[in-house]
Amino acid sequence: MSAPGEAAAGPREEILRRVREAVGGPRAARPPVPRDYARRLTGSEAETRADVLALFTERVADQRAAVRHVSADELATAVAAALWGREAKQIVVPADLPFGWLAELDGVRALADTPAVDMGTLAAVDGAVTGCAVAVAQTGTVVLDGGRAQGRRALTLVPGYHLCVVQADQIVGTVPEAVGRLDPSRPLTWISGPSATHDIEMTRVEGVHGPCHLEVLVVED
Amino acid sequence: MTPSSPGRTPSSAGTGGDGTAGTDGRGTAGARGPGPPPRPKFAAAARAALTDTRQRRNLRGATAVARGRAAAATAEPADWEALREAGRAIRDETLLGLDTHLEGLERAVTAAGGTVHWAPDAAEARRIVTALVRATGAAEVLKAGSLAVREIGAGDALARAGITLRETALADLVVQLGEDEPSHLLSPAAHRDRAEIRELFLRKMPGAPPDLPDDPEALAAAARAHLRGRFLSARVAITGANFLVAETGTVVVLESEGNGRMCLTLPDTLITVAGIEKVVPTWADLEVFLQLLPRSSSGDRMTPYVSSWTGVTPGDGPAEFHLVLLDNGRTQALADEIGRAALRCVRCSACLNVCPVYERTGGRAYGPVYPGPIGAILTPQMRGVESAADASLPYASTLCGACADVCPVKIDIPGVLVHLRGKVVESRRRRPVPTPELLMMRGLAWTMGDPRRYETALRRGTRWVRLMSRGGRIRRLPGLLGTWTEARDLPLPPSESFRGWWRRRNA
Repeated sequence: MSAPGEAAAGPREEILRRVREAVGGPRAARPPVPRDYARRLTGSEAETRADVLALFTERVADQRAAVRHVSADELATAVAAALWGREAKQIVVPADLPFGWLAELDGVRALADTPAVDMGTLAAVDGAVTGCAVAVAQTGTVVLDGGRAQGRRALTLVPGYHLCVVQADQIVGTVPEAVGRLDPSRPLTWISGPSATHDIEMTRVEGVHGPCHLEVLVVED
Repeated sequence: MTPSSPGRTPSSAGTGGDGTAGTDGRGTAGARGPGPPPRPKFAAAARAALTDTRQRRNLRGATAVARGRAAAATAEPADWEALREAGRAIRDETLLGLDTHLEGLERAVTAAGGTVHWAPDAAEARRIVTALVRATGAAEVLKAGSLAVREIGAGDALARAGITLRETALADLVVQLGEDEPSHLLSPAAHRDRAEIRELFLRKMPGAPPDLPDDPEALAAAARAHLRGRFLSARVAITGANFLVAETGTVVVLESEGNGRMCLTLPDTLITVAGIEKVVPTWADLEVFLQLLPRSSSGDRMTPYVSSWTGVTPGDGPAEFHLVLLDNGRTQALADEIGRAALRCVRCSACLNVCPVYERTGGRAYGPVYPGPIGAILTPQMRGVESAADASLPYASTLCGACADVCPVKIDIPGVLVHLRGKVVESRRRRPVPTPELLMMRGLAWTMGDPRRYETALRRGTRWVRLMSRGGRIRRLPGLLGTWTEARDLPLPPSESFRGWWRRRNA
């Protein structure tokens, strides 16, 4: 193993030397990268805020994830209804999930991930409820960054069901907008629909190793 | 969705065609024990694949679906061409400043609590990976999506150290259980149908239910059950990377099954092996590639899971992170001003799905790691064209150009193929004993250098060739010329040459 900067003529210097040799001597200024692609949604998709939300909904549903719009005061009921619908008995939630989201839970036990829930329990619970950092309308994606109401990555990975609450103002139109809003120093997970594979005769199968079911609640004010 | 393939190739014990011994790229293979017999040339390997009608049917189906999905997904964005052009320019920019970007990447990864290792060749990479896994004391290591891991032959090196490398992606698992070689970048088991996979699972996967049906859902569920416990108790995992962001030290992985997320989240130690060309300069550059790659490869608007991490995060994911940067012939490709375009590749596999040659031969004819049109330009550059097998790859194409049309980073694959054919000819020119082809070309040059000699040769040649014809075409030329007619017929030359006709007309 070569710790960086360890040996003077180690493998690191060898590779860098080969690169410099390959690329050649003085490097002329190169033309700037042409970035003529769209950064925002254009046309009818983006005429109003409602159009952007509608696009998000359509694209999430396209990936065979359930998606519903609720108002802020309906959220707790909607969360509970979703969990009842799946007959969930026990779920896991990030320690800092807003308490109000789970206010209506009746008969569903919510384990806060503090201290960290062990792997066996995580695999045994019926689902996880989290928020997100950003959502992308164009691709129907929710992005989690481990921030508020999102918890560590294992929470939305090991249980078979993930219920994600998206605030309307977290939805951006395009991938470039989302990349611009995210902090790369945090561990990020972009989730577009449930876990899936096309590896057997190109037939789509959902639920391989990740959650088999993804459900999205969009909170509008 | 990260294209992946097994690190363990069952044939590498010495039956040839394996992913280890020949892959050093710097010709060090001979130093390690008795090497495997040489890989067959493309045409020879393809002939075997062509007789496998089941595989041909499976591949035809798989490529048609993949082609259709990617075509629909890339037709959707109005700015697709602008994205491709930006992707091309960013990749070129990256390659021309690769030294600076690699140094920046190392700084950023180290600052975030990761460790960077540099591997000039496959042997060094194997050594690094084996030492890292050994240090954890684990007897088993999980692997998710990495061509680089296969390229370095990590599976065999780990096996020699008593460590089992376990494939976690469904298709890789199928390939590993079948002691087979991957046939596609994105779907390594594209050559297998559901019945074959069911049979494999029953025979090789402990715990597979005996009444396992052959529908894809049941097969995926069986694989899920098989790997579930292993994920939850895993201590070490090896992954590849789709992108390495130099500016921030961030590693990005795209995949669809969730096995990648398991590998990069649950174990204590994470080892990522990536080619040095995987770098992109800035975080913002991902806005381009996160659109180009999913649409071109799986035809999704976005791949189901995109994960990124920077070093280690306390309380979330592995406590230890190692990044192994692999050269293994990449700088050799970088030195070629035309050929270096191949290093722009983001491994989407769009070129495979549109290639008429690949669709019929499958990936295994292309050699150990990188199949299809991109493999035909990448492999000979990374490994050199000294061996007959590697030298045959630039000829494994009809130059139809479909691959260049779909490439999201605009690699002119046919152009590079022609350039490499030239290099193959040049490399043969230096040999002490000239090749028959070269002798023939010299003879032709002499003949065509003089009009008299040329006309005499033309007249005689025409007469002989017409004698050899059957039913208006020539099916086989004699001797060494026969190679040319192996795969095609030659039309009959007219009885009178143009020059003869011209002279007669003016007489």
